[in-house]
Amino acid sequence: MSTLQRDPSDQVQILDDEGNVLEGATVPDLDDETLVSMYQNMTLARRFDQRAVSLQRQGRMGTYPPLSGQEGAQIGSVMALEDEDWMFPSYREHGAALIRGLPLKQTLLYWMGHEDGNKPPEDVNIFTASVPIATQVLHATGAAWASKLKGENKAFICYFGDGATSEGDFHEGLNFAGVFDTPNIFFCNNNQWAISVPRERQTAAKTIAQKAVAYGFEGVQVDGMDPLAVYKVTKDAVDKAKDPQGELRPTLIEAVQYRFGAHTTADDPTVYRDDDEVEHWKKKDPIPRLEKYLRGEGLLDDEKVEAIEQEIEDDVAEAIAEAEAVPRPSPDEIFSHVFEEMPARVRAQWEDFEQLREMYGDEKLLEE
Amino acid sequence: MSDTQNLTLVQAVRDGLKGEMERDDDVIVMGEDVGKNGGVFRATQGLWAEFGDDRVIDTPLAESGIVGSAIGMAAYGMKPVPEIQFLGFIYPAFDQIVSHAARLRTRSRGRYTCPMVVRAPYGGGIRAPEHHSESKEAFFSHEPGLKVVVPSTPYDTKGLLASAIRDPDPVIFLEPKLIYRAFREEVPNETYTVPLGKAATRREGTDVSVFTWGAMTRPTLEAADELSEEGIDVEVIDLRTLSPLDDEAIIESFKKTGRAAVVHEAPLTGGLGGEIAATIQEEALLYQEAPVKRITGFDTPFPLYALENYYLPQVARIKEGIKEAYEF
Repeated sequence: MSTLQRDPSDQVQILDDEGNVLEGATVPDLDDETLVSMYQNMTLARRFDQRAVSLQRQGRMGTYPPLSGQEGAQIGSVMALEDEDWMFPSYREHGAALIRGLPLKQTLLYWMGHEDGNKPPEDVNIFTASVPIATQVLHATGAAWASKLKGENKAFICYFGDGATSEGDFHEGLNFAGVFDTPNIFFCNNNQWAISVPRERQTAAKTIAQKAVAYGFEGVQVDGMDPLAVYKVTKDAVDKAKDPQGELRPTLIEAVQYRFGAHTTADDPTVYRDDDEVEHWKKKDPIPRLEKYLRGEGLLDDEKVEAIEQEIEDDVAEAIAEAEAVPRPSPDEIFSHVFEEMPARVRAQWEDFEQLREMYGDEKLLEE
Repeated sequence: MSDTQNLTLVQAVRDGLKGEMERDDDVIVMGEDVGKNGGVFRATQGLWAEFGDDRVIDTPLAESGIVGSAIGMAAYGMKPVPEIQFLGFIYPAFDQIVSHAARLRTRSRGRYTCPMVVRAPYGGGIRAPEHHSESKEAFFSHEPGLKVVVPSTPYDTKGLLASAIRDPDPVIFLEPKLIYRAFREEVPNETYTVPLGKAATRREGTDVSVFTWGAMTRPTLEAADELSEEGIDVEVIDLRTLSPLDDEAIIESFKKTGRAAVVHEAPLTGGLGGEIAATIQEEALLYQEAPVKRITGFDTPFPLYALENYYLPQVARIKEGIKEAYEF
């Protein structure tokens, strides 16, 4: 039976907090290598995140939104997609984006203030990161709709937070998806807090998953810190999106999880939440849970874990070195790409500015 | 069979849409009531019967939903032409237009683009209810990454709409509903384009340059005709595209006359009249014989219809304004 056909408050779980398979639960049919890569990807995302926060603290990067705690939801879901499927991220899905093919260097560049960081490689099906809340839900719906009209068979996953479910665009996007039966997976990373406002202030509904009922399709709540459960429900949703027969194709997944750190590096979560709460959720940390399970299966041991840690350490260090080696972009970048053809006024502004640069030099113009 | 048809402006919208939909299978029309009903102004009449449900799409009533999903479609390779029923209802979609449609090319360094045309009837003068008569072209002209087009004749409507649909960037296409059915013009049956970003000289003159667009073009021409009887030779430039503005046409005409007025029905403050006046100051100050006179709507909400004709610049107000520029 599909995991999707259940009461929205009946949370899907496969691993308990200790990493043991729950009674009656079925582990998804993944080969050993894929299971280990799931662990490796999550560990990489965690390490990247720690280093990114530290870069910001050292003044080597601008404001950055940390993801620690959300690796299970990001990696578990995105690994359920095929290459031809599409991902529409918010601004926190660095881990998921990496798996889709956006190099860590690009993510670093974006948060270091380079526009180029937001340009996915040409053959990678990932949309640009959306900073306004919930707006990308409609883009994902529109793209899925266009794909369906073109007669394709692809799934479109869209990520957003619990705060986004209060926005009009969330409701309009899900409503359109239901009406036009588009191949969408709406994936809510319910991390409990929209900056400082708790999930209970976003909705009086018992679950976010149940909101799908109003749009005529299935909603499912999953333990977002259980990567195997996340993988399973996402896979079921992807399969459904690609099957025009039967029930409506869209699915709303509410992945219940916690962000361990701040909303962004500009935020101080100690103002609005207790240490006890953080400790409570840290017990559900997706990484040790999966590690425990994999060790039990004989797929991981100390030696392998150490090798993985060394490898990711090197990968992250390399990405940082590469990003920091990228020179400051030329001011041309401000003016290019506004339109396909540069309008006369924009060209005139650019030319005037180039003259100033020649007269004064960049050092003078960049003085703060 | 004749090669042209005698069409009203709204019929030219329909004819333009039909022509582009025949040319390019990726062009789709979407919005509320655009399908079976043919649009509340009949701008999409018959298209649904001809092209079917997948290309003429009645959507749920949700402006942000219409434009936001059109952005996703455009990014995915289609050419959506979403309709917002009245410009005064566009505000729920404003975020999608300025935060995403306008910026998608920039944000993705050209990996994704947004070739869509948001159509909306705009302006007052048809005794419509509250929120149906707004003239907020300045909001969109202020936003980099958007083109803003306002036709004033049936011929231009079809040609500008074709250019807008074929344009690789997002276009806000504002249709002056006061003149949707005010007059007819011979329009070629074939598809053709009128270039974006180019103004049209509607009347040549040597004394005062008057810049206008959309529904204000006709009363401005009428005022110019009446002033010619008083010995004032007025040049009327219909800007047609408000972003990017045809600076060259503005400056060229101004250098000839040394005097200018701008006529628009949008409120004075922050309106495009100010932009045009500033452009003249920056580019042709030494030719300037008089301050640029702005003849506009008031800095008030658009009134209900009992008073709307006071609000809209009429021939008498336009004449007096032009005379002020002339006599300074």
